[in-house]
Amino acid sequence: MPDKRENIKSRYAEDREIPGAYEGETVTRRRFMVGTTHLAGAGAALAFTLPALAFALGPVFERQPATWEDVGPITAFNPNSYVPVNFTQTPGIGDVGRTTAYVRRFNPSIDGGQEPRDQYEAYIAISTRCAHLGCPVRYVAAAQRFICPCHGGVYDNLGKVNGGPPVRPLDRFYTRVRAGHLQIGPRFSVNSELNRFAPRDPGEPLDGIGQYLYPARFSTPKP
Amino acid sequence: MPRIKLPSKLPSPPPGAVPKSLQPSPGRPQEGNGKKSLKDKVIHDGTEAGTTVVDWVDERTSLSGALRWTLFRKVPKGTNWFYTLGSATLFAFLNQAVTGVFLAMYYDPSPTRAYESIRFVTNEAFLGEFVRGMHKWGSSVMVILIFLHMARVFFFGAYKYPRELNWVIGVTLLILTMTMAFTGYLLPFDQRSYWATIVGVNINGTGAFIGPYLSDFLRAGPDFGATTLSRFYAIHMMLIPGAIAALIGAHLYLVAKLGTTAPPWLKVESEPELREQEV
Repeated sequence: MPDKRENIKSRYAEDREIPGAYEGETVTRRRFMVGTTHLAGAGAALAFTLPALAFALGPVFERQPATWEDVGPITAFNPNSYVPVNFTQTPGIGDVGRTTAYVRRFNPSIDGGQEPRDQYEAYIAISTRCAHLGCPVRYVAAAQRFICPCHGGVYDNLGKVNGGPPVRPLDRFYTRVRAGHLQIGPRFSVNSELNRFAPRDPGEPLDGIGQYLYPARFSTPKP
Repeated sequence: MPRIKLPSKLPSPPPGAVPKSLQPSPGRPQEGNGKKSLKDKVIHDGTEAGTTVVDWVDERTSLSGALRWTLFRKVPKGTNWFYTLGSATLFAFLNQAVTGVFLAMYYDPSPTRAYESIRFVTNEAFLGEFVRGMHKWGSSVMVILIFLHMARVFFFGAYKYPRELNWVIGVTLLILTMTMAFTGYLLPFDQRSYWATIVGVNINGTGAFIGPYLSDFLRAGPDFGATTLSRFYAIHMMLIPGAIAALIGAHLYLVAKLGTTAPPWLKVESEPELREQEV
């Protein structure tokens, strides 16, 4: 289409016979005004959308402080059976912020190894949040299993998956002893070899590529 | 083309009810002889124009044209009751909007007060149980109607050219409605809504890579916390209803602009002369 090529106007305002054009002018006054108006409008819109968005997204990037909750004297716990303790995990919202953990003292014949791996493992605290979708599991002493009422998840004495839909063992809590009392701290997740990971939400596997598909979050507390 | 007449005259008041200063002035002498010149007619129409509220508004907005364009459309042969499912969904949405606004007058989105305020609405407020019931059951009705409407559009082939964009808008409305149902489920703040929200947020978290962060955004933190409820309330009350209303407007505009489709069992009837030529 040769005639169409001829219709392309010069990029110089002067050549297009725009009155008052400077020599070498390519951005006309009209174009400049249109661009300025758009920029000012975009700036005004961003001035309220960006802070509002950051305000809503803030909690995603804000690390929660670790809280240690006293759950009673250490004499209440033994190496052979789990004792349920109820404690506040999220302060400020009443009973909603409370959760339950099953606690026992470290037992070489169950946990393997002669002594705890570090200072947080002298007492084992297992979370009751099912690793499938977060329903509360209960410990059935006769079967020595943790059983979830929602979709039939079953875990063994250590919280490892025995059957059902859960994708990883039950989460655990850091524990420490202060003045003869046991304190329960932040939650952490474990893979099928009971290696520690930053706490994940239920339904997120940690074996294989799972730990990369479901990365650790910025908001979870550290001990 | 005949103009459709809107009811432009209000009923005249009884004689003597209107003070003399407010009564219309008597007609001009040249009126009433039967024959009118064009000039007289223009003057006459001018004095008659804009005498009612409807005329006054219409003269300044031209709304009657938009109203005619929206309401007096041609519809294809075979239009049947299945075509009312979209309007039914719209009315379900209006029911949710109206009852929701009035429920908000009593509801308190704080973790310690939410359950008590819902208990008050249900057991003590006058007609509270009814209004809350309309909102609660209306949400299920709306979701069911959306799927019926969607099935009608799908099986009648009404999503095809040139109506694809309206299908896309409709699917967006479906997703927004499901989000409304999800966020509204938490608000009574009883055991059922609490655990359903825990499970729902965790399902959402199983999306790879961004799932965990999306869950943090929904809960406003790593666990169900102090501001989760008010966050769900704000999403349920303000963020999504506006988006739904705007998209319903776009949905209806496209329906009015593109028209509706005939049911698929209607055969296209060509003109008899053309039929002869086809042989």
